[in-house]
Amino acid sequence: MKCAVIVFPGSNCDRDAHRAVAEVLGERAVYVRHDATNLQDADLVLLPGGFSYGDYLRAGALARFAPVMEAVRRFAAAGGPVLGICNGFQILCEAGMLPGALVRNRDRRFVCRPVHLVVENTETPFTSRYAPGQVIRLPIAHGEGCYVAPGEVLDELERTRRVVFRYCHPSGSVTAEANPNGSARNIAGIVNEAGNVLGLMPHPERAVEAYMTSTDGLAMFAAVRDWLAGPGARAVSRDQAAAGATTGGARRV
Amino acid sequence: MSVHAPWRAMGLKDAEYERIRELLGRDPNRVELGMFAVLWSEHCAYKHSKRLLRRFPAKGEAVVVGPGENAGVIDAGAGDTLVAFRCESHNRPSAVEPYQGAATGVGGILRDVLSMGARPIALLDSLRFGPLDDERVRHLVSGVVAGISGYGNSVGVPTVGGEIQFDPGYRHNPLVNVMCVGILPRQRLTRAVAAGPGNTVIYVGSPTGRDGIHGATFASDQLGRETESRRPAVQIGDPFAEKLLIEACLELIDQGFVVGIQDMGAAGLTSSSAETAARGGCGIELDLDFVPQRETGMDAYEIMLSESQERMLVIVRQGYEEEVHAICRRHGVPSAAVGTVIAEPVLRVRHHGEVVAEVPVEALAGQAPVYDPPAERPADLAARQTLDISSVPVPQDLKAVLLQLLGSPTIAEKAWVYSQYDYEVGAGTVLGPGRADAAVVRIPGTRRAVALKMDGNARYVALDPLTGGMIAVAEAARNVVCAGGRPVAITNCLNWGSPEKPDVFWTMKEAVEGMSRACEALGTPVTGGNVSLYNEHEGTPIPPTPIVGMVGVIDDLDQAVEMGVPEEGLAVALLGETREELGASEYLAVVHGQVRGLPPRIDLDLERRVQEACLTAIRAGLIRSAHDCSDGGLAVALAESCLVGGVGARIELAAAFRPDALLFGESQSRVIVALREEDWPALEAIAREAAVPMQRLGSTGGRQLVIDVGGACAVRAELDELDRAWRGAIPGTMDPGGEA
Repeated sequence: MKCAVIVFPGSNCDRDAHRAVAEVLGERAVYVRHDATNLQDADLVLLPGGFSYGDYLRAGALARFAPVMEAVRRFAAAGGPVLGICNGFQILCEAGMLPGALVRNRDRRFVCRPVHLVVENTETPFTSRYAPGQVIRLPIAHGEGCYVAPGEVLDELERTRRVVFRYCHPSGSVTAEANPNGSARNIAGIVNEAGNVLGLMPHPERAVEAYMTSTDGLAMFAAVRDWLAGPGARAVSRDQAAAGATTGGARRV
Repeated sequence: MSVHAPWRAMGLKDAEYERIRELLGRDPNRVELGMFAVLWSEHCAYKHSKRLLRRFPAKGEAVVVGPGENAGVIDAGAGDTLVAFRCESHNRPSAVEPYQGAATGVGGILRDVLSMGARPIALLDSLRFGPLDDERVRHLVSGVVAGISGYGNSVGVPTVGGEIQFDPGYRHNPLVNVMCVGILPRQRLTRAVAAGPGNTVIYVGSPTGRDGIHGATFASDQLGRETESRRPAVQIGDPFAEKLLIEACLELIDQGFVVGIQDMGAAGLTSSSAETAARGGCGIELDLDFVPQRETGMDAYEIMLSESQERMLVIVRQGYEEEVHAICRRHGVPSAAVGTVIAEPVLRVRHHGEVVAEVPVEALAGQAPVYDPPAERPADLAARQTLDISSVPVPQDLKAVLLQLLGSPTIAEKAWVYSQYDYEVGAGTVLGPGRADAAVVRIPGTRRAVALKMDGNARYVALDPLTGGMIAVAEAARNVVCAGGRPVAITNCLNWGSPEKPDVFWTMKEAVEGMSRACEALGTPVTGGNVSLYNEHEGTPIPPTPIVGMVGVIDDLDQAVEMGVPEEGLAVALLGETREELGASEYLAVVHGQVRGLPPRIDLDLERRVQEACLTAIRAGLIRSAHDCSDGGLAVALAESCLVGGVGARIELAAAFRPDALLFGESQSRVIVALREEDWPALEAIAREAAVPMQRLGSTGGRQLVIDVGGACAVRAELDELDRAWRGAIPGTMDPGGEA
């Protein structure tokens, strides 16, 4: 597996993500700058956390205009797996690659702490190593992580099983008290319609080694590696090759 | 305003002005006078503290760079990786504009560590505020915490630890001390030095504006009614610019053509150019026309004295200017060649083609007056030290006392604060805030870690500065040991009132002596620090507050120890010994409203032995949790260990003396450890070997904390009840009506 970690000015979890893939998982990882126009033949694209462009204006609002995002759109449109973590999730929403938006936390403060998540969809390239309904523990660290979308969009997300992670009690029950930021319906992570673009606020790359709060994040990266070796990915790589010949092709969900 | 003596408005005394005239052989012009005023301020020149600071032991095996540079550097035994660290105060700006004051404090200390060629990997904060029932204090707390959060989180350096205390003495004069730790490969070690005539002086970072002019002078002045009008002296921070600056500078330093680099912090362009030139024994010629500016019409005075943030001065070998600009451009950071290193030891400043200032470098950076102020023991000290313990009633309900202490803001759980800090960015945090006596951060690429702690107890210092100074260092070291670290070196901030008051200065002198003795006894040299004087509000000084920033080393991540009791069925032991000492305690202050008496005694040799025994046991894998007894004594320490771990304990103590002293007294050199029963003999052997008293306190288990004294139940409390008092106190005050 070769993972492209996109580096925007102000990204600050890029090194952590790179390390999770390269040092811990033992796969290849490269940094791809915001002004690059190709993804160096990567087969996983990772938009890391941080404060791209200072998060001035709105979190993720400026990053979507970066030249590299055109290549990311093409890659995603061809079915390539794209993982947006924290600021990466915000960027994906701002870029229209995922529905909804992330706004200021309910209590108006940045919040850093471990949370529990229930895995609701294990049929994505990122979650196949989790069991349906499994409760995992990952850290969050964000000021604008409150997920919002119109009611019909939320209904549609649920109907099509695109809500992948929800904040929950350690027992797995989805309660108001377990919601750290006021997200609609406790949503912590969603995928696009095709299922190959995942955005989530928690940080799997901070939960990959024994000394960390948890090791539950590692399975997310390992799952992508499994998926890339499987039949679904082989079909996608043909499409990607085809998409490489054309330009554009970004699809809004 | 003193039209005829403009130096007074700039904070210079008449005699100091005369000295400047002597050094120059003429009257200084306005620009030169401004430059002297900032560089000769207490903040930059340490005029009242220099002689005292020489007392600090600065040498040690592990010290690579000692005091006098932007940060200390130690060899942590991690091969080629060195550790740089320093702390600094941002008290005055935070009192006036809490968000920006705290934010720019973080920005400044990051650049100090960056100046050594280090990548910052951790931040800590030591904060002091007035009582939380004061609405203005709550405003300051919210603002300072938000400022640290807003800057540190964005710049991507984890805020892994710190401490907060509340005391009426800080009501108008909060303290914001910030510590940064960075790592660097040995070959990247850089100094803030301008050398090699012909080399180019390059300005790297954000354009200069009119903010923060005379900030260093302000930082050396008192707060009072006019303080609000000092808001323009507070700088504005931009963490995004800082993030880009850090990446650009690290890449620059890696290229090998950087001769020296220094933060343009206090006194901006003036101090960075004068100080680098002074260290290099040469001069600098600056042309202000080339300085990037974000406002029009700035004059030389404003440009030289601006404290705009996120700027560095970089001295590069002649001929490499284009490489520097190319790297900066790629990172989106402005850069401009603004001057040249010259052999003649003067700082010569041109603006619009004219020389606007020409001053010998040594006069600015080396010849500020050094004072030896008179020191006098405070007249009322003996009275304050007197405590007739028999006049203090022993409370009937000791459980109520425990609840009251757990709910007092200084002892209460601080998650309301630290959950606003990203303490895990960088993915190196092993033990973040609230989990151990010290924060533990991995040294990237190794199994080693640093254990970090900031600490200080002003009440002890106020009541016996010599002992208080010793305890400040000893307790920080003990905390590092409890987390599994070997204490290596310290940095410090000395926060005091006016040194021109003999009683204030005496306290400082005694405290420095105490700190020095403890550093010598524990083998932890002082690699640098910062002095913040004149912390007074309308003539009343703050409590004397030395803050120690201790760095320790953990050889293997697996040896990091938490404070929370991890499981049931463990034995609980006390290393060290409890004496009947109630003076200067948190218990006496909170429960009896008395701030008096002598602080607990400290025997530095016993302290060293307790720490040695604890560390030996940790390294032998015997210790399942460790926690220092400090504010609130044995009972509070036990409760904290139980609450963090979520496991109860049953404790039995002999009734040696009055139960409140037994439970809440703050005798020094004590550590509570939990261990497996089968490891008991091994720990006993270690304690015996080190001649450390060791006592069985009880065992862990259940959902209650039960403490029997002399066979009778003194405290029996459900963990849930203790938890509500401890965790609920600060959210309950800061967000009344919100979720506790």
